[in-house]
Amino acid sequence: MAGVTDSELKAMTQEERVDALGLTTEQLFGRSLLIEFNPDEEERYTYPWAPDIFYNKRVEIDTDELSTTELNNKIRSAMAEGNGTIVIKNPRGMHSVGVGILNRLTLEVEGSLGYFAVGLIDGPNVRIKGRVGWSCGENMMSGTVVIEKNAGSTFGAAIRGGDLVCRGSVGSRTGIDQKGGTIIVGGDTGALSGFMMQRGRMIVCGNAGKNLGDSMYDGTIYIGGEIKSCGVDAVPAELTDLDKAWLTRKLQQYELMPDKGVDHFQKIVSGKQLWNYDNLEPNEKKLIL
Amino acid sequence: MAGTEYRGSEIKDVDQFVKDKAGLDSEREKEIGQHIGYRYDVNLVPDYSRITDFLKGYMEVMGWDDLNWLEDVHMGYEDGKAAVFDRNINGWVRIPDSIKLPDNQQDRDMIARELLIKFQMSDRHPLVTLRKAYCKY
Repeated sequence: MAGVTDSELKAMTQEERVDALGLTTEQLFGRSLLIEFNPDEEERYTYPWAPDIFYNKRVEIDTDELSTTELNNKIRSAMAEGNGTIVIKNPRGMHSVGVGILNRLTLEVEGSLGYFAVGLIDGPNVRIKGRVGWSCGENMMSGTVVIEKNAGSTFGAAIRGGDLVCRGSVGSRTGIDQKGGTIIVGGDTGALSGFMMQRGRMIVCGNAGKNLGDSMYDGTIYIGGEIKSCGVDAVPAELTDLDKAWLTRKLQQYELMPDKGVDHFQKIVSGKQLWNYDNLEPNEKKLIL
Repeated sequence: MAGTEYRGSEIKDVDQFVKDKAGLDSEREKEIGQHIGYRYDVNLVPDYSRITDFLKGYMEVMGWDDLNWLEDVHMGYEDGKAAVFDRNINGWVRIPDSIKLPDNQQDRDMIARELLIKFQMSDRHPLVTLRKAYCKY
């Protein structure tokens, strides 16, 4: 990598850049990269490429006559100028707003958004004053997202980290393929919520539709209302004092604590009968190797 | 202490995967010769009384009331060595031998979180090179 400048990289094709930077394109087997932490690493809180922002530096963006791409580019430009608080006005259900923000930021949306709102984010704190469509917060890595009204289906699909909160009700397949983080729903959730959940926690203060937690591998689902039915391998578990303490902390944090507390919540976990991480049997391995 | 702080843990010894790198426990695991699941207690929630100053600063800078995504980060074990799984590179990053491991999982997890953040935000993280190679100029 040494000796290659950014301007030289810019002039190259992608294949040439990969070669110049010494990246390997061979298929790796196993997950070990044999990298060690450096205990004397410099202390930083944001990614090296993330611009410095200041929360008290605020800008408003009116989305009138802006396309989604133009709006998302404006958000990036505003961050590059140091704005730490960005207010989106008149979004009118625009799709894919705020996608891929990889920096700390306060993003306020004064209205409703369409599908894939704030997907793939890593760090920002987002407040949406209206509703959102399908797949809000999909693949979210970190940060907080609070939606004041209702959300569509696949809310928090494949979320990996952070807190995704909807004060209203959400559609079906909430937290499908959830891999971490916390999803909180103030109202009800639809069918197949927590489908193939792998890690993380989901709290639903209201009712849950049929096939809750179907084929979940791990993770925990807490339901404050009624459960229409549990899916395959989703089983009830005891709500411990530690569960209650954690639920209380999280629900108070987002002002969603039910009047009657958390004692009535039901806890659903994986029965772990479907675990198949060991997808190759020893004899099959011998045949292959 | 490992695994006894929170729900559903089957990890009884904090050094289980250091002493026995295979860590095979159940009959099924012994049969297939492979550990099933995570090499740490996935459901262990952080004990905030043990948080480090660096992590306190991280929460403040990010504007979070808690550790957010770091609540899911734990010190795990790879080939008998303490390591942390870095989701950004889909691989384990090892803890150097120069770092003495505390005798409880909560303190180990705090060290893991701190080292992971410092590594992810450093110029030597593989994502920096990947970004240079694949970003749209």
